[in-house]
Amino acid sequence: MEPNLAKGPVIEFCNVAYTLPNGQQLLSRLNLQVQRGETLVLLGRSGSGKTTTLKLVNRLLNPTSGVVRVNGAPTAESDVIRLRRSIGYVIQDVGLFPHFTVERNIGLVPRIEGWPTERIHRRVEELLQMVGLEKQMASRYPHQLSGGQRQRVGVARALAADPAILLMDEPFGALDALTRDQLQREFLSLQQRLGKTVVFVTHDLREALRLGSRIALMDAGRLVTVLPPGDFLRSSDPLAAAYVQAFGDGLDSAANRGAS
Amino acid sequence: MNLFHFLLQNHEQVLELTLEHLWLVGISTLLAVLIGIPLGILSAHWPVLNKPVLGTANIIQTIPSLALFGFLLPVPWLGDRADRLAILALTLYALLPVIRNTYTGIRGVDPAVVEAGRGMGLTSRQLLFQVELPLALSVILSGVRVAVVVSVGLATIAAAIGAGGLGEFIFRGLAMVNNQLILAGAIPAAVMALTADFGLGWLEKRLRPR
Repeated sequence: MEPNLAKGPVIEFCNVAYTLPNGQQLLSRLNLQVQRGETLVLLGRSGSGKTTTLKLVNRLLNPTSGVVRVNGAPTAESDVIRLRRSIGYVIQDVGLFPHFTVERNIGLVPRIEGWPTERIHRRVEELLQMVGLEKQMASRYPHQLSGGQRQRVGVARALAADPAILLMDEPFGALDALTRDQLQREFLSLQQRLGKTVVFVTHDLREALRLGSRIALMDAGRLVTVLPPGDFLRSSDPLAAAYVQAFGDGLDSAANRGAS
Repeated sequence: MNLFHFLLQNHEQVLELTLEHLWLVGISTLLAVLIGIPLGILSAHWPVLNKPVLGTANIIQTIPSLALFGFLLPVPWLGDRADRLAILALTLYALLPVIRNTYTGIRGVDPAVVEAGRGMGLTSRQLLFQVELPLALSVILSGVRVAVVVSVGLATIAAAIGAGGLGEFIFRGLAMVNNQLILAGAIPAAVMALTADFGLGWLEKRLRPR
């Protein structure tokens, strides 16, 4: 069966629910589609179900009911290891392997995929440059890097095997304001070049407006609304309006594609 | 006649008993590692197993060593040869620190690292051998170190059932009220324990992840 690659959503949630074994419902009746090349931001406070939604895509969690499709194929029927290797995954705590050098961290998926050493080496150099790190960083260990450098390595590692989909769970959340700003800017220019399909989790409206092509607002395990950044600011939805108010003035200039 | 004199004069027997002692400790530690590390891994990954496995190892630890040697004596095949019996008993005692430290070491790996590994598509086996075990190695090794040091001491008691080792000198010395003989067994055993402790401690430090 050839998955429908050219058309249709890259990721699709159909009536998805996720309930913990103790009965607590983290996600209910989620219907959402992510289109090729867009950056869909999942916005909401902690416990709203954003991370749960993200983990359902690469099957770190499996839906209690409903279907998640990636490239048209239900994830439940696909090989979980293959699925994960075809999706880049970046998390807030980065999770670099402390006993591996930067080079081995970035080259891990290519290595277990059996790429020849020389090709891995070239790919690592290319990726380091892509995320704005110097070549010499390749031989460093994670504990020798700053927080910003670590997250750059995290992004490079996720891009290593050139996945078409990138899942990012508050990747810049733990960084200081200046570093975050810089990485956001670089993310945008990188995204312009690479055109990945990105699902990006954040609780920061400013970040959502800046990076997202659409913003999916979540609350208490439910999807409230999905809007482009420009419309989000003018939304009459009470929760969206509350967000806009909480983040205060000057948001208009933050909105990414709504403004330009 | 001082102790030094005695050791020199009986150097052949000292060497023989020391080697016997090393053999008892070495084989039992090896067995404990081969059994304990897999058990520790299993209980770290399946929390259901944790209590029964660690509980059993704990209970074994509370049996007085002399009693355990006695209990095992009538067991067929095992009781035929004293060194078999001693090795089994020493292995059982060495299990607890090995299992417990393997469990602790693996559970202690940063959850973010494990999640990143799983999310990237590592298989359970790749995650275990490339991430969890290397990161837990120094903790596991410190368990082995405890096991070895305890075994060196415990193995002296194995002489009570005729398994040989440096305990021979000690028991003989006790029977003859000869302090020199006791020391001739106790000092090499202490040196052995300290050497193992130091060597494994050094290795453990070198393997500790930053």
